[in-house]
Amino acid sequence: MNLSQAFRDPELARGLISSIKQVVADYSGQMTLMEVCGTHTMAIYQHGIRALLPEQVRLISGPGCPVCVTPVGYVDHAIALARKSEVIITTFGDMVRVPGSSSSLLREQARGATVKVVYSPLDALAIAAKNPEKRVIFLGVGFETTTPTIAGAILQASLKGIDNFLVLTSHKTIPEPMAVLTSNPELQVDGYLCPAHVSAIIGADAYLPLAEQHRVPCVVTGFEPIDVLRGTLMLARQLVRGECRVENEYSRVVRPEGNQKARELLYKIFEPCDASWRGIGVIPGSGLRIREAFARFDAARQLDVEVEEPVEHQGCLCGEILKGKVRPHDCPLFRTVCTPEDPVGACMVSSEGTCAAEYKYGG
Amino acid sequence: MCLGVPMKVISIENDTATCEIDGVERLASLMMVDGIEVGDFVLIHAGFAIERIDRDDAEETLTALRSALEKGLVPE
Repeated sequence: MNLSQAFRDPELARGLISSIKQVVADYSGQMTLMEVCGTHTMAIYQHGIRALLPEQVRLISGPGCPVCVTPVGYVDHAIALARKSEVIITTFGDMVRVPGSSSSLLREQARGATVKVVYSPLDALAIAAKNPEKRVIFLGVGFETTTPTIAGAILQASLKGIDNFLVLTSHKTIPEPMAVLTSNPELQVDGYLCPAHVSAIIGADAYLPLAEQHRVPCVVTGFEPIDVLRGTLMLARQLVRGECRVENEYSRVVRPEGNQKARELLYKIFEPCDASWRGIGVIPGSGLRIREAFARFDAARQLDVEVEEPVEHQGCLCGEILKGKVRPHDCPLFRTVCTPEDPVGACMVSSEGTCAAEYKYGG
Repeated sequence: MCLGVPMKVISIENDTATCEIDGVERLASLMMVDGIEVGDFVLIHAGFAIERIDRDDAEETLTALRSALEKGLVPE
């Protein structure tokens, strides 16, 4: 059996939708559920799930697209490094098109910088091994799913003595912004569809403080349509019953305790720090930086460059969209000057950004 | 960015597995997972197996879901 297909079965989807309708039938008012992860946002748009839900259930997108929440100053820093002749920038694809204050990596590439898109940080490490006269910088952007893979590459670099491999980090962790958004009285998030693969690393139990202290139901949810509908059903049922629990819809992958081995690797190389989130600001303890013992792999500490003063783009509502406060259609730039071909804000660049998903799949 | 691809392990050499889905093969590091054997299904993210996929659990979920819906019940 192909599992991905089984979790896309239209008949099961129809049954789950009518179950959701049945559960919320007598619910007065509206429940606002936030899908935290960008991969959920994409799945929800791609499968048209919003339009299938009863009017009592409202899904909003959260801050879980790593490219989208990366502040413009980081992009400017990467651009400044790309301009150095001895540097090769290596990155996951989405970052190359994110506008900085006055340029982008794609534009720098057109001007002669070397920017290579890779599938894995291990590919970046291989490029470093092949180009010992260059400094190969990987753009370390991502949440708890991705950061252990970068820790793995740094550990390999250390073991193999590949000292021209560097990482410019902007890693972030997910539970902290969820707590911040929960405490924001303007938002009123009634329940969280918690990320699938971040939770594979941190474990379903990582959301217990949110459920127990902040009194918000949390359901770890997979990325297939049946998963999203089941997760929504579980949240709706908790809200109707007045419960605040952590449930795990994605138990075929996520364990309550998560993947301890991956976390050991992650924390061997990285340590918590404060981090700046586009649209939210600085959240204490929500970032990860390279430990002093591995500082020789930290591009920010090893290479001195002048970075321009960051300028946010006028009129772009990315920040408000990332908090779930406004929808892409509320932004005056959406579909007019900001399009996937010529994006103004990061939410339009990344394929899992809310604006890009709305542009591609929205009505 | 957190997309993961479920793949089947078809061979293992040292700490690296060759994994397959729909005829596509990829190498994946097993640095983050213990006790993986040929024939296991793993979730691949950025060149690493990040977790084992429990197929029995998946099939139990689907069976329970189908059974509840066929009886007209709201599934647990």
